[in-house]
Amino acid sequence: MTTTAEHTEHGTHDDHAEHGMSIMGYVKVALILAALTALEVATYFVDFGPFFMPVLLVLMCVKFFIVVSYFMHLKFDNKIFSFMFYSGLFLAVGVYAAFLATFKFFTA
Amino acid sequence: MADAAVHHADHGHHTSTGLSNNKLGMWLFLGSECLLFGGLISTYMIYRGRVGEGPRPGNVFDIPFTSVSSFVLLMSSLTMVLAVAAAQKRDDRGTTLWLTVTGLLGATFVGGQVYEFTAMYTEGLGYTTSLFGSAFYTLTGFHGVHVTVGVIMLLSLVAIIKRSKVPGDKAEVVELVGLYWHFVDVVWIIIFTLVYLIPT
Repeated sequence: MTTTAEHTEHGTHDDHAEHGMSIMGYVKVALILAALTALEVATYFVDFGPFFMPVLLVLMCVKFFIVVSYFMHLKFDNKIFSFMFYSGLFLAVGVYAAFLATFKFFTA
Repeated sequence: MADAAVHHADHGHHTSTGLSNNKLGMWLFLGSECLLFGGLISTYMIYRGRVGEGPRPGNVFDIPFTSVSSFVLLMSSLTMVLAVAAAQKRDDRGTTLWLTVTGLLGATFVGGQVYEFTAMYTEGLGYTTSLFGSAFYTLTGFHGVHVTVGVIMLLSLVAIIKRSKVPGDKAEVVELVGLYWHFVDVVWIIIFTLVYLIPT
């Protein structure tokens, strides 16, 4: 609804960027992603002990959702687009989790 | 939603949802791509320990090199978003500049992949050396092809914009190419973690 209200308020296609982020905002997101990537790479050189796997997987998911939400603009767009994408994503995760479980990947 | 429908009607694209069919189609396509790469990644996860007589992942992966490649691809997502922002401001010069930079960064990434594959092959990991090798090259090869197609799309779009032959809404066309490009980056985020950083 905020998107519709902003379209009404600005009324022109030129203001598409208004219901998103500024250039500086995108640069900040990129810097955050770079920092998270550096942290991921650090797990290769530094022993994180039992936190190794959780840290890597959490960082992977956080980076994934940051790119999808901000760079792909999904956070600011119509929810139908989110439904389209996340349906495919969760279907894929579900199907392939079942696939991996069939091959005893999680219990081996 | 009504305003969006009117907005699209102004551009001659009246839709029943009030949303761009092109954008809807792209998101649907990206949803299906999740299934494609989900299958490839899952297969790799099953086979990554099946090295047979061939080299193990730890013997062939060059994490520092791949980290730099990952950073290059990540930065290309930033430049892509800057291209989209420029397109939305009707700044053709800025759009073509950032699209070109994105394409060059993508080409650099692909070049890095080619170098990596060559190095791995000389170290004894061929496509048919082991199940690990087959699964690895298939997964990263498919991703590399996607990046290559993306680079071609980007550079083609630069040429089309320069010739002022973009069909329909230029900002939307750039945005759609951007969505594909960001997805390719997102898939690499997953591949880099699961394939390279998590040891077998």
